[in-house]
Amino acid sequence: MEETQMSNEYIPFLSEIKDVIKHTDIEYTFRMAYVGDVKPGQFFEVSIPKFGEAPISVSGIGEDYVDLTIRRVGKVTNEIFENQVGQTLFMRGPYGNGFDVDLYKGKELIIIAGGTGVSPVKGVIDYFGEHREETAGMTVIAGFKSPKDILFKDSIKRWETQMDLIVTVDKAEEKGYREGMVTAYIPDLNISDLDHVAAIVVGPPIMMKFTVAELMKRGIKEEQIWISQERKMCCGLGKCGHCKMDDTYICLDGPVFNYTKGKKLFD
Amino acid sequence: MGNLFKKEEAVLLLNKLSDVYDIYAPMVFKGEGCFSDTDSIRYGKITSFDDIVWDKKSDYSFKEVLLPISDTILYFTEKEMKVPDPSEKKRIIFLRSCDLHALKRLDEIYLTNGAEDFYYKRARENTKLILMGCKKSFDSCFCVSMGTNQADNYDAYIKMDKESVYLEPKDEELKTLLEGTESEEASFEIDYVTDNIEKVTIPETLPEGIQDFPLWEEYAGRCVGCGRCNFVCPTCTCFTMQDVFYQDNQKAGERRRVWSSCQVDGFTDMAGNISFRKDQGARMRFKVLHKVYDYKKRFGYHMCVGCGRCEDVCPEYISYLACIHKLGEIKDGGNADE
Repeated sequence: MEETQMSNEYIPFLSEIKDVIKHTDIEYTFRMAYVGDVKPGQFFEVSIPKFGEAPISVSGIGEDYVDLTIRRVGKVTNEIFENQVGQTLFMRGPYGNGFDVDLYKGKELIIIAGGTGVSPVKGVIDYFGEHREETAGMTVIAGFKSPKDILFKDSIKRWETQMDLIVTVDKAEEKGYREGMVTAYIPDLNISDLDHVAAIVVGPPIMMKFTVAELMKRGIKEEQIWISQERKMCCGLGKCGHCKMDDTYICLDGPVFNYTKGKKLFD
Repeated sequence: MGNLFKKEEAVLLLNKLSDVYDIYAPMVFKGEGCFSDTDSIRYGKITSFDDIVWDKKSDYSFKEVLLPISDTILYFTEKEMKVPDPSEKKRIIFLRSCDLHALKRLDEIYLTNGAEDFYYKRARENTKLILMGCKKSFDSCFCVSMGTNQADNYDAYIKMDKESVYLEPKDEELKTLLEGTESEEASFEIDYVTDNIEKVTIPETLPEGIQDFPLWEEYAGRCVGCGRCNFVCPTCTCFTMQDVFYQDNQKAGERRRVWSSCQVDGFTDMAGNISFRKDQGARMRFKVLHKVYDYKKRFGYHMCVGCGRCEDVCPEYISYLACIHKLGEIKDGGNADE
């Protein structure tokens, strides 16, 4: 029949869970079998029949896998957490534009991320961590609520040897942690050539707003800043309307935006 | 040139068309209106040309023929999935000019904004569109202002009176079907509205920061967030994915997409208690600016087709037209309330 020849984007594929990396009680990374083009910051619709679909951004990329870091906070994600290595999940995607690492090559790269906002940008940090010769400098500031909320502890150990890394928590009961908001560290950032800075800011809307403002105080221009927006991407295909902000479909045109465009978006 | 059928010949014609097509038109659903003892006029399968409602505007648009309110997109049985079979028959939809223009908006979202939508496309490809003329404007119509009072993307034109049915086909498939039917050759002009009581002038540009203007505040108190304006709108296309499993067999179920509304709670909710546009004023602003501003910024023409159904249906008597008028009164950098 001719209908079967038309592609149907809504049909998910089965992907095996190759590994589960536990970061916190409610945040795990699921390493999912996947071979194909994918960029950091893109997302997949992950589903379990009967429970539904949820958009999850790519937090790591390997030759035959993608990492999906998932927080257990909803109907679908609760159910995903019931699955173990060797079991399968349904996925469709990847969707969205993702981060284009070519834009940041040769730049003094500043990446500032908060909480689960580290996930979409983690692939960029991993890439330039491994290819430091492709940057003119690299600083990463990652903020979390408290020490027990810190994600990607294994990656953080590696990053410490590869780049200037500041991991900060809003508040720590115990010693040995930097405290304070990510914005507190911006005034002291070493910047050698303002014209060659590229900055990426990902986190909750309020965090992105204040972080960008702080970066601009340092003389970094809007066009040198990229953000990633998180919205309810129900279909991922520009149809369902849930992620629309004014004339922009986050699932198609984003979630990554240069700030010159990103600052104009409103819900 | 077209074919003029006497009433008894028209019965044969409809039978002939019904062999190939499911035929949808606005019809009366007795006693199914929102209030007791009122009727609902909406799209259904007709069995006679006399079922078609001409003298009133349909409360709901044609869109549910192509985009059902609840549309099964996958059947699940454990790890297996199946795409529902397409409908066995092709379709004919009788619709007015404004709705034909609305169809262009549905096509834009479902066929060109991002990947083609499998389900919409297979329904759309097998659908013939028959234009119903409008002899007069109904209350709250403003098609002339929106430039949707005339259409040309139809497959045939239909005109009826008590004695006869006139059908003028443009589409080859319909022309072939009409060959050899008992009818007379005839030619009629297409009826269309040239003037509405309601007129709007939509501002070309809106000042920056329009989302924070006080004009939206009144809607925060008035709108009850029922979403009817979205459901009657022929250009609203939003849906939500929903998994449903059968009560007597928890291993089998289906994934559906169901209509959703930017006015109803939950539309923007994300896991972790994050949501946007919490008050109804912001939701009204989101909807209105989409209809007359944001959509145009993206696609080059207005989304709103001026059918006025949202105006007719609001239980709080919130006037979309009045809102557009207020936008028109805003001067650059000014404020509607000043």
